[in-house]
Amino acid sequence: MSSAMIDRILEAVFDTFYLVICSGLIGIALGIVMGVALYVTRENRIMAMPVLNRAISLVVNVGRSVPFIILMLALAPFTRWLVGSYIGTTAALVPLSIAAIPFVARLVEGALNEVPHGLIEAAESMGATPWQIITRVLLPEARGGLITAATITIIALIGYSAMAGAIGAGGLGAVAYNYGYSRYNPMVMLVTVLIMVVMVQGVQMLGDFFVHRSRHR
Amino acid sequence: MIRLENVTRVYGQGARAVTALKDVNLEVAPGSITGVIGVSGAGKSTLIRCVNLLERPTQGRVFVADQELTAMSKTELRKARHGIGMIFQHFNLLESRTVRGNIGLPLELIGTPRRDIDQRIDELLELTGLTERANAYPAALSGGQKQRVAIARALASNPQALLCDEATSALDPQTTSSILTLLRDINQRLGLTILLITHEMEVVRTICDQVALISGGELVETAPVGDFFTRPATEEGRLFLNDFLQLAPSNALLQRMTAPAEGDSLPVVRLTFRGQALSSELMTRLVQDFGIRLRILQARVENIQGRTLGLMIVELEGAGATFDAAMDHLHTLDVQTEVLGHVQRHD
Repeated sequence: MSSAMIDRILEAVFDTFYLVICSGLIGIALGIVMGVALYVTRENRIMAMPVLNRAISLVVNVGRSVPFIILMLALAPFTRWLVGSYIGTTAALVPLSIAAIPFVARLVEGALNEVPHGLIEAAESMGATPWQIITRVLLPEARGGLITAATITIIALIGYSAMAGAIGAGGLGAVAYNYGYSRYNPMVMLVTVLIMVVMVQGVQMLGDFFVHRSRHR
Repeated sequence: MIRLENVTRVYGQGARAVTALKDVNLEVAPGSITGVIGVSGAGKSTLIRCVNLLERPTQGRVFVADQELTAMSKTELRKARHGIGMIFQHFNLLESRTVRGNIGLPLELIGTPRRDIDQRIDELLELTGLTERANAYPAALSGGQKQRVAIARALASNPQALLCDEATSALDPQTTSSILTLLRDINQRLGLTILLITHEMEVVRTICDQVALISGGELVETAPVGDFFTRPATEEGRLFLNDFLQLAPSNALLQRMTAPAEGDSLPVVRLTFRGQALSSELMTRLVQDFGIRLRILQARVENIQGRTLGLMIVELEGAGATFDAAMDHLHTLDVQTEVLGHVQRHD
């Protein structure tokens, strides 16, 4: 492999990191908000609003049922309005973040469902406000599940970011497609795939480590 | 301190409606311990949850410390709840917090300064005997220790009342007894009013001043514990008590007994003594005044809140008329008699 190719791959690694980390942060932050909203507004929950709950749930389901590659194209006008262009690395952050939100929301809702109802009842008996229950009971008690959710999301985003290469986002997916596939360079293909495997493995190990550390048993 | 007035709780609506509590009236005096007892499904849990409005009564009013909880806004209710501690069957501790963190939680909720919280936690650790385990996580604690943490947590904001929802039901008998001792201790030291629910008579008998029997969502009998155990006023009370305090004939005795009197057989009688009736003098009088010989086959004596309850199965030897006279005499002394059968004279 030429040194130019090595530089190209290194640059692609940084682009992938940039895409995954930025969209991950935005997607996870907003996804947690949406997941908490899904959880607390359900019937008989601390902020029961069944109509709103069904509305959020519908939005989440729609968001999750659109394949990423389609979502990316469908969002193009919105992306251009938001960041001025629908092509390029920064532009790819928009569909990546938006795809991550409903994904995270469902995972967060699942993690919160695992918190025993008795804890919420205990907090209510102490006179906790709904906000206090969310911040001091629900989220800390679901920490392990939330870290697992974040891990799964980051790994999914590594995959999605490769697809984003199709709209000129750069990153490893673009390198693998342009040089490994189109110009038939099996070495480039192999190296990019290996790097992705290592990234996924690394994220999973990091996630497992934090989950383990958050468990006090 | 705690007063329920005509509290009714209905689940569901229309034809599917289930009445969990029906017109319940209960008063718990300041500084006393009241136990609500009943079989599972009788409505105990609903009743205690109605006190701090974790469940809102469909009808009726709830007062704690002379404030009507059922008339409060959400904000007022949250404030009132700071004055009502609660502990649970499954402890409900936060797994993500240490013992200290769990105990401090109610104080964090009301915005107590950190220094005061730490000081209060130290006091409560001392009170509940948990100082050594202050930095442990709940997963590392035994059931009894977890319930102690829950008690410390419930006491953190200096409540006037404590609600205990089957607090000892998940614990072994020895741990149960140590938790009950702790509850009695804080009741006396802090003048804390306690309302507990349980299905165990032993719990009521050990620490309660007053007992309320719940059955099918209704309070059927409310009485001082000493009265309830020695002289239940209702049929439900008697049935419940019989399951707990009974003296059944042993298998060996059952095999020897025949239902009707046969020739030379002797009656086997179960005597139930209440209050002060049980005394050796009574036995002596039976022998001296009625010429009855008495052999004790089985016996059990219980002391409940200063009252004595005695159960005894005896074999009596005496002629027909004296036997009846002796039974009458026992009845005047409020000793309950019950002929269980007859056994052959065996000498």
